[in-house]
Formats: sequence, structure tokens, C-alpha cells
Amino acid sequence: MATLRLNEDYIERARAAAGAVAAETQRFIDRHTTVSTERAILRLIGIDGVTEQDVPYANVVIDHLVEHELIGYGAFNLLVDAVVTTGLTPQAAAEQIGRGELDLSALPQADSVLRARKADELVAAAVSRIKKNRETRTERLASYPEEKGALTYVIVATGNIYEDIAQAKAVARQGADIISVIRTTAQSLLDYVPYGATTEGFGGTMATQENFRLMRAALDEVSDELGRYVRLCNFCSGLCMPEIAVMGALERLDVMLNDALYGILFRDINMKRTLIDQYFSRRVNAFAGIMINTGEDNYLTTADAFEEAHTVLASQFLNEQFALLAGVPHELIGLGHAFEMDPARAGTFLLEWAQAQAVRQIFHRSKVKYMPPTKYMTGNIFKGYIQNAMFNSVATLSNQDIHLVGMLTEAIHTPFMSDRALALDNAKYIETTLDGLSDELQFVPGGKAEQRANHVLEAAMNLLLGMQKAGLYNTLAQGTFAGIKRREDGGKGLDGVVTKREGYVNPFDRAFDLKGGQRV
Amino acid sequence: MSDSRHEASKADLTRLLPYGDTMNDGKVQVSFSLPVEAGEKAKAAALQVAAGMGLTETQVTHQQVLDPNFTFFVVYGKMNRPVDYTAIRVQSVGTETRSMDENDRLIEAKIGRKLKVIGASCGTDAHTVGIDAIMNMKGYAGHYGMERYRMLEAVNMGSQISAEQLVRTAIQEQADIVLVSQTVTQKDAHLGILTEVVDLFEAEGVRDRVILICGGARISHELARELGYDAGFGPGFFADDVVTFAVDCWLSMKNRT
Repeated sequence: MATLRLNEDYIERARAAAGAVAAETQRFIDRHTTVSTERAILRLIGIDGVTEQDVPYANVVIDHLVEHELIGYGAFNLLVDAVVTTGLTPQAAAEQIGRGELDLSALPQADSVLRARKADELVAAAVSRIKKNRETRTERLASYPEEKGALTYVIVATGNIYEDIAQAKAVARQGADIISVIRTTAQSLLDYVPYGATTEGFGGTMATQENFRLMRAALDEVSDELGRYVRLCNFCSGLCMPEIAVMGALERLDVMLNDALYGILFRDINMKRTLIDQYFSRRVNAFAGIMINTGEDNYLTTADAFEEAHTVLASQFLNEQFALLAGVPHELIGLGHAFEMDPARAGTFLLEWAQAQAVRQIFHRSKVKYMPPTKYMTGNIFKGYIQNAMFNSVATLSNQDIHLVGMLTEAIHTPFMSDRALALDNAKYIETTLDGLSDELQFVPGGKAEQRANHVLEAAMNLLLGMQKAGLYNTLAQGTFAGIKRREDGGKGLDGVVTKREGYVNPFDRAFDLKGGQRV
Repeated sequence: MSDSRHEASKADLTRLLPYGDTMNDGKVQVSFSLPVEAGEKAKAAALQVAAGMGLTETQVTHQQVLDPNFTFFVVYGKMNRPVDYTAIRVQSVGTETRSMDENDRLIEAKIGRKLKVIGASCGTDAHTVGIDAIMNMKGYAGHYGMERYRMLEAVNMGSQISAEQLVRTAIQEQADIVLVSQTVTQKDAHLGILTEVVDLFEAEGVRDRVILICGGARISHELARELGYDAGFGPGFFADDVVTFAVDCWLSMKNRT
């Protein structure tokens, strides 16, 4: 592969600064939990379903704990007490709380030996179910021929899970490796997770555990038919990051969008809430063997890809460091970036290639996910097809791991079934026709591509060094990323941030530690 | 010489037909999928679909399996139903677009103060591409956005703003111009929210105090007028188009009162 001579000193200093910013933030994260983190814990111990008014039992219990000012002790502690003293299952206890028949603020003291035994039992059950999913994935992958080249990633978004399944199976047969079910617009702002199979959505389909299960079963079926493993992707973003991570772990999703900053910037979710939520959600993702994908490509839909390229790189460093602190191993970190420069600008192919290649090299231990043009797609499908071909060329030349194939009808409508087939044809044709080319090419030493890459790297380093001084919160308040300003106490969901009290326990934080209790 | 060829290449505007490479050849290309297995029978079905569109001399140039039960077709054919171009009347915004500098100078001279613009992507719509292209400093495709205008005070509220929030802010801030962007149009989600904004302005009794403009992938001027907006801008318009319209509209409102 043609490689760039990058300034290694810049890379090291940028990474160290990002590490310092993440570590500083992690100290805050460790002292706090959130209502969504606590609901995720309840889901792990088997609390599921909704009341007659469609309120999830996880929310019923957490609202009860908030009301009685007990949430700071951790939902797990109180539920174990309830289960030991009443002899009920966690689900039955939740239902009684929902009917007002059980009050967790008025529980007698539980026997400590019985309590510890019950706690271990509940944790072990969840751990075992998720481990089993991880093993099933490993076994399935091993049973098929080894995968070669980039994984192609395709979106379905009909709003109806059953229609999504038909489209997903079709696109898998056309060659897609990862099927991503886009969520309905505005789900990210719901402070609960809807329940059951759903058939109504706008611009996407509700992320529910039942929808996950239905799609996973359909993709397993098509995997067997095709003799290769078709991965399922959904979104750990919004106000319910940790809960959706748990649902993904329980239903064997393979890839989940999970960005430390996305919700803050693009959904105006409070920064403290998102930072705490991303931590536990990533811990769950990692333990389940689910690859996370970050969303830096989104910056470039608002900010200019030429001028703001360094913010993408800086954010990738931050996302990497936050992920490592949450215990996500390098091979499960998929960093996002995009081909979004204005096609009217001369020489952008080289600039895009330089950026994609630099990202590939800087994060060589991780996976990189490359996103197609969206901002300058026009409705001229013929030009759009060529724009995607240019993007596909850069993806192939720079050896991206995950290749999100662009639709010629981007900017017009959610894709037709044929749009996806044409997109995969385009990507495959280019991958085939450019095969081996990059190995025969070299960048001119000190030439335009290297200058550009090192310039962007230097700017990213300076940005991160500045952040190390100013702190993450102040940097977000200044509008550094995507030109969007967010205040420390602004945005949605701040009231769901909880300070841990003496005796707080989240047993899964330790149980899901792949490194055996050691912070990386 | 080529008098006859010259004659032949002139379009009859009362009997307008698509142009492939010869006047009045009526040639069109269409592509579509059918939920059936590929094969001779599917191809025959595709030809009937094309006939149903009013095409003759049809030809399936490409047939591709999408799935065991879905097939994609590219079809060429000849359209035979001419259109009377001379009888067509359209509603368009219809102003000659002025540049940013020209608009700034006009506002300064004729209005004498900055115009306040408030914009948002309303309802559950989280897509800000459209409103950003019109409002953000940087603009889009070489056309600066409203934030760059010396004589505009532009506030982009961003995405997922409820109709109430937008209308409340517009009233509080005494906005002259309000922009509503709608990108997600699946199942006509945009129509409800656009109507809600107009209704709220009317309920507050301030509809005639603002210039109300909507924009988005599937918005036309005609649709916008029908919904009660002063104008609507679909794809292909930039900040200078919107500002030109708004300034003209403001001046004509002023002349009326």
C-alpha cells in the first residue's frame, strides 16, 4: 500500500493530549451514573416489557428510585434487596413496583450472605447469556470461509421492521456484509426504549429489542444460505446509549454506532449525560464483542471538509482514548470519517486520499470506517454515481476496513432496493479493477499529499493540546467541532445525571472488564 | 442545403415530446424493479409496465436479479403523448436574484436597519443540511449563507425544534423573516409540521408581521403557497435567492401599509 511519511512526533503528542483529556473526563465519569445506565443494569438482570400505558418496566423502577432519592445507591443494590426479601424475580418485583404494591424505600434489611449469593447469580446469568452470543458469533465466523477485503456496509430504513427484513436479505444476497438499520428520526431524544416489533417510523425504524431479534434471526438465515456471516448494526446514540448497548449484546448485534461526542453536538444532549452514558455503553459493547463505530463523518455535513479536516482527526483521537478507557480493545474500535469535499474544488481526489490514508496509518491498530459523499449529492443520480465511484476508489486505495457504500439517490429519498444493488456493483467493480494498484504507487516524498496530511495532523495536535489546557467542556462550548456550541449545563438529559453515593454498585462494570480489572 | 434539417430541428411547442437525439423522437429511459423472479416472463411484464406508461417501441436493455423475488430493469421507449407547452402556467418565486452585496446595500438604503431572520429544522426532523446551507456563514456551493450578510441578523435554531418553540422565539425576537426547513418527507411527514407552524402564527395573530418561507428536498413554491407560506424553495436555491425574495416581499408589504 502506498504510504505517507507522517510526523510521528505529532501523532504521539496528539494521542497523549487526547489521552489526558479523556483521563480527566473519566475522573468525572467514575463518580457518576445516569438513569439510562441504571436502566441498562435492570435490563441485564432480566427486567423487560412495558406497562399497560407502554412505559418500560426499567423506567418504572428507575423513576421510583429517583422519586425516593435512592438512585444514587444504584438500582442493582435495591433490586437485589427486593428480590432477596420478597422472593420475587426482578421482573415480578418491577411489575409490583409498577402497580404500587412494592416500595423499595421501605424494604427490610436483607441477609448479607443471601444477598451476595443472589447478586452473583443475577450477574452470572447476564454474563453467561452475552458470552454465549459472543461464542455463537465466533463459531459462525469460523464455520464460513475467511473474509477478505473491506466489509461493505449498507443501510436499510423503511420504518417497518418486516419491510426492512425483506430489503436486508436482498442486499445481503447482493453482497453486503454489514446491514445497518437506521433509527426513526427523534428516537435519540426519547428517554426510554420503545417495546416490541414496530411497523411505523420516519426515515428509519425504531430500535427495539424485538426488532433486533427479528433482524438477527433473518440475517442468520441468509448467512446460512450464503455461506458467510452477515453482520447487524444499530445505534447506541441518544439518551439511551447504555440500554441500547445491552439490547444489542442480548440479541447478538455485531456493530454499533457509539460516539463519545455525537449526541452532544448533533442532538443537543447534555455533555455530562452523554459522556457518562458512552462509558458504560462501550463497556457493554466491548464485552459482547461488538465493534463500535464513531460518527466523525457527521462533522463534515455541517463543517467544511477541507477547512475542518483536523477536527475530524482530533475527534478520532478522543474517541479512541475514551474507548480504550472503557475497555474496548483496538480491534473493536471502528473510527469514522468521510469523503465530503466540495467537488467543485480542484484536486480534491488527492486531498481526500491523503486524509483517508493518514487516518488509516495513524489508527493502524484500530478499524477505520469510511463514509460516502452526502453533502454535495444533488439529485443528479448520474453525477452521484460518479461521486460514489471516486469515493470507492479512495476507499480501495487506502484500504479502509468498513466501506459504507453510497447511494446514487442520496439527497432524494430513502434508497430503492435497486439503488443498493447499483451501489454494491459500483464498489465491487472498483475494488476489482483497482486491485493491486496501491502497491505499485508511492506518494512523492514531501509532495502535496504528505504536506496536506501533516498539515491536518499538526492542526489536530494543536487543537488537542489546546483542549488539554482548556478542558473538554470549554472546548465544546467554543464551537470547535462542527461549528456547534454546547454549554456544560445545557442540552437534554442533564436531570438524568446522578452522583454515586457511598455503597453504590454496578457489578457489571467489573464483570464486563475484558482486562480483568485493569484500566488500560 | 440543410433547410429541411433546420426546419426539422425546431420544436413544436404545442406538441412537445421528449428529445433523445432527434426532434420529436419521444425517447425516454426509465428504470424500476418488479417484485418477481427474473426471466423471460419478468421481462414481458417490464415491457407491459412500460406500455402502461404510454411508451411504445420499448426495449429492455438491462435485467438484473436483486433477490430471488425482485428484478431490476432499464427500459427504453418512445413517448407518444405530446404536451402543449404554450398552455402551461406555473407559479414561481420569479424574482431576479441579487448578490449578497446588492441585497445588503438594498436593505441598508430602503430599510435602514438589519432584518432579523430565524430559521429551524422543525418537528422531529434532525437533518440540518438544508437550513445550514442557507443560513451558516459558509453557505453552500460558493453562495455565502445568511450569517455572512452585513444587513441580516441570522439565528439558526438547528434541528428538532417544535413549531411552538419556533413561533415563540420568532415573536420574542421580533423576527422579520422565518425559515422552516423540512428534509424528511417519508410518508409526507413534512406537511403536518409545515401546516402547524402557519396555524400557530395565525393563532397568535402575527402571521402578517413575518415573511414565512419554507424549504426542503420536496418543497415547491406552489406547495408552499398552498400551505400558507409566502414562498417555498426546493433544491437548487441558495441564500441569495431566499434573501432576494424576502427583501422584495418586505418592501412590498411596507408599500401596502
